[in-house]
Amino acid sequence: MESKSHNENWPLWEVFIRPRQGLDHKHAGSLYAADAQMAVENARDVYTRRNEGISIWVVESKFIHASNPSESDSFFDPANDKVYRHPSFYDLPDELKNI
Amino acid sequence: MPAREQEIFDQKIEEEVRIEPKDWMPDEYRKMLIRQMSQHAHSEIVGMLPEGNWITRAPSLRRKATLIAKVQDEAGHGLYLYSATETLGVTRDETITQLHSGKAKYSSIFNYPTLTWADIGAIGWLVDGAAIMNQVPLCRASYGPYARAMIRICKEESFHQRQGFEILLTLSRGNDAQKAMCQDAINRWWWPSLMMFGPNDEASPNSLRSMQWKIKRFSNDELRQKFVDVCVDQVKTLEMQLPDPKIQWNEITGHYDFGEINWEEFYEVLKGNGPCNYERLEARKKAHADGVWVREAAAAYAEKKRYLSNTVMNGIKIA
Repeated sequence: MESKSHNENWPLWEVFIRPRQGLDHKHAGSLYAADAQMAVENARDVYTRRNEGISIWVVESKFIHASNPSESDSFFDPANDKVYRHPSFYDLPDELKNI
Repeated sequence: MPAREQEIFDQKIEEEVRIEPKDWMPDEYRKMLIRQMSQHAHSEIVGMLPEGNWITRAPSLRRKATLIAKVQDEAGHGLYLYSATETLGVTRDETITQLHSGKAKYSSIFNYPTLTWADIGAIGWLVDGAAIMNQVPLCRASYGPYARAMIRICKEESFHQRQGFEILLTLSRGNDAQKAMCQDAINRWWWPSLMMFGPNDEASPNSLRSMQWKIKRFSNDELRQKFVDVCVDQVKTLEMQLPDPKIQWNEITGHYDFGEINWEEFYEVLKGNGPCNYERLEARKKAHADGVWVREAAAAYAEKKRYLSNTVMNGIKIA
């Protein structure tokens, strides 16, 4: 048995795939790879075996910064009392068209 | 125990809100998921071995291409599940070491040998069929990364079952020897496939917990019954027999009755005494050990490229 583990040496990458022209890249999953080129090629084999994508982004997982789920209530709180940001907030007569 | 967190967790489970990696979860929930998901990943990986056995001997290019594609899918499924398992805080090395040391289990079905080409058909129809029966409800599992991996897997898995059935169908319409081969494969894979659903409900204490946490949605026996009902109909298309004289329609239950499973055999294989347990683990360990130099070389090459690009950026000329 080897002493070195592959994922001590190989970084973890997050994979984002654009399914079709005109759509955003969307997170598909993660994988280990030695470098970016290998990450892109492996992502192709793991996540697009059935034409699920036309473009792949990879980024080392350590570069992703996330909001904290335990603080999500207070973090997203500012949007909670601002219903006036939605068009349905405004009272307008039914006969008004094209607005 | 953090009462407030427990309350939030329970409420999410109750309201079908998925649990995500960074959310608080009870230790037992985390442990149960790590065990189930890593076993699931191992099963995909070890599951490549019995079929890999027939890639070089597939009877036509069409069969060879589809079998390679299927085995490649299993590798992909293993990777989705290993990644999902890692979100629970266990490393890839830990899970793989547990497989290689024999501490972690994988589905017992893969400890049976693939003796003839018909076995590849029977595996697709019965083994993948049973797996699909188990896996479809897992697409709604309460843990987000597991559910997402299962959705991807289930989408791909149905081709596996159909290619298996097609192999058996072809054999079943062939000559007498081919028909006999087809029936023999069904005979050998039927009972082990029923065992894939796990022990009877009364002998499966973890199941209840798993259902309360909405990881599992149906009990072992419920899923097994569903599988039997489906197969009894499907085998008619093959004009073959399921090797159980006790299979009979039950008006009252609205299901097919079937015979008693040999649980002694199930537990023996689980303990490591199946026909291929030793061979399968050895093959895994050998593949992992043989790949060391590749992993090291790739890491060294990546390191060299990083070094070169840094020195270039710092304006140092490379001789």
